[in-house]
Amino acid sequence: MKRFIGIIVTGGVIGAVAVLLVVLGNPGNMGFCIACFLRDMAGAMKLQTAPVVQYFRPEIVGLVLGALAASLAAREFQPRGGSSPLLRFVLGAFVMVGALMFLGCPLRMVLRIGGGDLNAVIGLLGFSAGILLGVLALHKGFSLKRTYSLGYAEGAGLPVVLLLLFGAWLFVPALFAFSKEGPGSMAAPVWAALAAGLVVGVLAQRTRLCMVGGIRDAVLFRDFYLLCGFAAILAVTLIGNAIAGKLVFGIEGQPIAHTDGLWNFLGMVLVGWGCVLLGGCPLRQLILTGEGNSDSAVTVLGMIVGAAFCHNFGLASSAEGPTFNGQVAVIIGLLITAVISVTNLQKRGSAT
Amino acid sequence: MSTPIIDARGLACPEPVVLTQQAAKKYDAFTVLVDNRTAVQNITRFCGYQKLSVLTTQEGSEFRMEIAAKGN
Repeated sequence: MKRFIGIIVTGGVIGAVAVLLVVLGNPGNMGFCIACFLRDMAGAMKLQTAPVVQYFRPEIVGLVLGALAASLAAREFQPRGGSSPLLRFVLGAFVMVGALMFLGCPLRMVLRIGGGDLNAVIGLLGFSAGILLGVLALHKGFSLKRTYSLGYAEGAGLPVVLLLLFGAWLFVPALFAFSKEGPGSMAAPVWAALAAGLVVGVLAQRTRLCMVGGIRDAVLFRDFYLLCGFAAILAVTLIGNAIAGKLVFGIEGQPIAHTDGLWNFLGMVLVGWGCVLLGGCPLRQLILTGEGNSDSAVTVLGMIVGAAFCHNFGLASSAEGPTFNGQVAVIIGLLITAVISVTNLQKRGSAT
Repeated sequence: MSTPIIDARGLACPEPVVLTQQAAKKYDAFTVLVDNRTAVQNITRFCGYQKLSVLTTQEGSEFRMEIAAKGN
């Protein structure tokens, strides 16, 4: 039990911080959403121009820099990469397509359930089904091949770029777009958001918290370590939302959510499957980026570009429901994920 | 006698544990090479559940994990 304390405390802190961020101004059930926040940042940088989702989210900067600081302190900062970067970029983009079909990354899925949004329970079923497809691929020998040690500039690249962009956003805001209405206009104060990201970034780096890893490891190895973090986030969010008066069970009228069960399910199948192939959920990709992993940095860039595509091509859902273009994109994403799964199976060589 | 060596260096999570799981079905004793602490922690936890003994030594930035069925 002792070894689970760190991950349970981390999950609890994330749940509490997420509720607090909503109380401070973030959109409903969106204390954290890696997919939504990367999408908002794509909007802030005018990579997409949907007027309601443009805001440079300080939480993302905090998460990456928190993980960077924690990994440097623990001597775990290891610049590395080279494991099928293009496929990671593509998978990252399609994970975003799935997440914006559902309207949330795996972390926001849990936060939505913790706010009483029963559509997210359907999402969880899809997410679990997607993870099982990924686990099947792992069993058959799926691998995106090895990473290699790289230079410090490669490892520090994206964290430094994020820091510079954050500085530009703070001091020359006219360069960036800001939503005047919609979810992009709803935000906790900058320093609270940054601090929340930093705290969660440090904790997630130390405990290796991963939303996809919880269910995956429980199925693969009967290892419930990461699932404890997942459960702690849910438990504390439920309690926190009840205290804050934001716990409303139901299907209709949930914040930034739609009620199309089939597409909530399929969107999260794509997210679960893609994330297993990538070796971690969107949150974990940010944390690994902070640890110097440039494969994860490429995945994050894929997610940002994917988010821009989602809004430029009308793929993202809204509270009104999914779009036809989005449905086509999810089907294409599932097919491409299947192709990537099958074409990267390798015969596991016996030991040397 | 030297034990079989599983090279899991540079592989993404959870592949080192998958390789360990498969090796544990084939061999009573084997060695796994990994290059990050997350993999060491994951494999150590897996061995705990599977009642396997594990002896980890660090060599530079790499780790050598000698794994055996308890009683061997």
